Amino acid sequence: MKPILSARHLVMQFGGLRAVADFNLELFPGELVGLIGPNGAGKTTVFNMLTGVYEPTEGTIELDDRKGGVAVISGLPPHKITRRGVSRTFQNIRLFKSMTVWENVAIARHAHVPYTLAQAVLRLPPFGKAEAEVRQEIQDLLTIFKIDEKAEWRAANLPYGEQRKLEIVRALAAKPSVLLLDEPAAGMNPQETIELMELIRFVKDRYQLTVLLIEHDMNLVMGICERLVVLDYGRTIAEGLPAEIRSNPVVIKAYLGEDAVHA
Amino acid sequence: MRILKNLLFLSLLGAVVFAILQTLIVTQVLDDYTLQILCMAGINIMVALSLNLISGFTGQLALGHAGFLAVGAYSTGILLIAQVPMPLAILGGALITALLGFLIGFPALRLRGDYLAIVTLGVGEIIRVLIINLGELTGGSAGLRNIPGYAANIMVNNPAAFLWIFPAVFIVVALVTNLMQSSHGRALISIREDEIASQAMGVNIFGMKLMSFTVSAFIAGLAGALYAPFIGYLAPGGFDFLRSVFFVIIVVLGGMGSLTGTVLSGLGLTFLQEALRTNAKGWSQSVASLFGTGSGGFVIDLVPMSQVLFGLILILLMIFKPQGLLGTKELRLTKFWHRGAK
Repeated sequence: MKPILSARHLVMQFGGLRAVADFNLELFPGELVGLIGPNGAGKTTVFNMLTGVYEPTEGTIELDDRKGGVAVISGLPPHKITRRGVSRTFQNIRLFKSMTVWENVAIARHAHVPYTLAQAVLRLPPFGKAEAEVRQEIQDLLTIFKIDEKAEWRAANLPYGEQRKLEIVRALAAKPSVLLLDEPAAGMNPQETIELMELIRFVKDRYQLTVLLIEHDMNLVMGICERLVVLDYGRTIAEGLPAEIRSNPVVIKAYLGEDAVHA
Repeated sequence: MRILKNLLFLSLLGAVVFAILQTLIVTQVLDDYTLQILCMAGINIMVALSLNLISGFTGQLALGHAGFLAVGAYSTGILLIAQVPMPLAILGGALITALLGFLIGFPALRLRGDYLAIVTLGVGEIIRVLIINLGELTGGSAGLRNIPGYAANIMVNNPAAFLWIFPAVFIVVALVTNLMQSSHGRALISIREDEIASQAMGVNIFGMKLMSFTVSAFIAGLAGALYAPFIGYLAPGGFDFLRSVFFVIIVVLGGMGSLTGTVLSGLGLTFLQEALRTNAKGWSQSVASLFGTGSGGFVIDLVPMSQVLFGLILILLMIFKPQGLLGTKELRLTKFWHRGAK
């Protein structure tokens, strides 16, 4: 099978600091892959390279172009990468706080609205129809995720768990083929984490997505990920099934130190 | 359908208001002096609206809008002196300013926050200094004189100007409202809220900022274009940094991100400034008589204090209403409508 997204020999150099050194990844369609590693291993930097926030110092990222070929996306600005089908959430929630719930989701549809600025300003026919469609589409999406009753709430007023959920819904509205989740369970209690696992599985199946997630919560990672990639000091130190990773001495050493392996 | 209805409602409202105003002018209820201040308020409102678009909604602080006002005014003034017909001269002034906005925005909008503010401040000053040094074309520091007015007869220029400026303000408010209530408007607000999230959701933030800045320059230029034949004489001193700050004050006072707030505060501040300027002497006398010190005694002269008073009012408002009069909310006629129906 052909990978939907592949990263080859990615390097990210910040001045004298090599945050990521030689990162390789192949994501296959429909996979749910976990990217784990100790704090400061370079996980979020990898996400930022995959989404165009940072341009990799070296290496290439290729994405399936949905037409049977592949396109190089490394070096493209973030909005272009999103439009090609890679969408993400953030480690520290980045909602548009003063905007309403539905408006937050609507931003992700902006790249897809068919009307031009002039048509919007002059309220020409394509505007009304398209705007009604966008609203309906978002309403449906919010209904699926059971936050439709709060569509007119300001995003900042949502409870924490729902803010995390809204970020995922917003990322979905961009119609991605690859979804990147940066610590989706951060700050959640065990009950909320279980619900989140259900949600991620549901989203992946319903929208036929490929999911890559960063997570520290090992219950979540071991529970839903089909494959794990372990990063330490900017290098991939292990890759494999959750059960293999759990007993991999190199991984244990990275997390717990030298002694733990022999203990 | 709702949109169509709103549009119909708005244009009907506009027509009725226009007819009423016309009657008021003819019957001299709106005298020449009031009309002049209303025209000035209209110009201020337009520039403040344009500034609110880029600073309040898009979140990119700009401090050089007096420069855009000047470019619009001088361009139109020069075109009018060259015998270009009024509508073309006004459109020309606005378009030239928009082009300039685009050219400045292209490099400047790569900067953020304070840096952009400083760059726009610098651009505003450069424009003013250029105008002073362009000699024949702009009249230098002596100013550009004898700009043809709206009316051939100078005695009725103010009413004529009002009938140009009022509809222009009305249309600009309507169009900017439409812009803000569209996907493009939401994208602009999302840039203000969180640039990183905005671009991660597929918004071309640089493109949208440039659009916002260019439209902003167009509107400010249009205000200047309408100003030139209204005032008839342009001097570079009137387009300095303080003028830019005045527009920022209107926007902040009305609420960053509120269109109706800008309209209200633009109207209010223009009248306040005028009242302070002209009435300060009268007030100082009444204050004096209040304390019974009118004749020969202690008189506080409020005339030089008018700017201080202006500043004081602003300070008080910012203490008690730091988000501005309306914050990011809008006054909606339809809201009163619904409330009335209940």
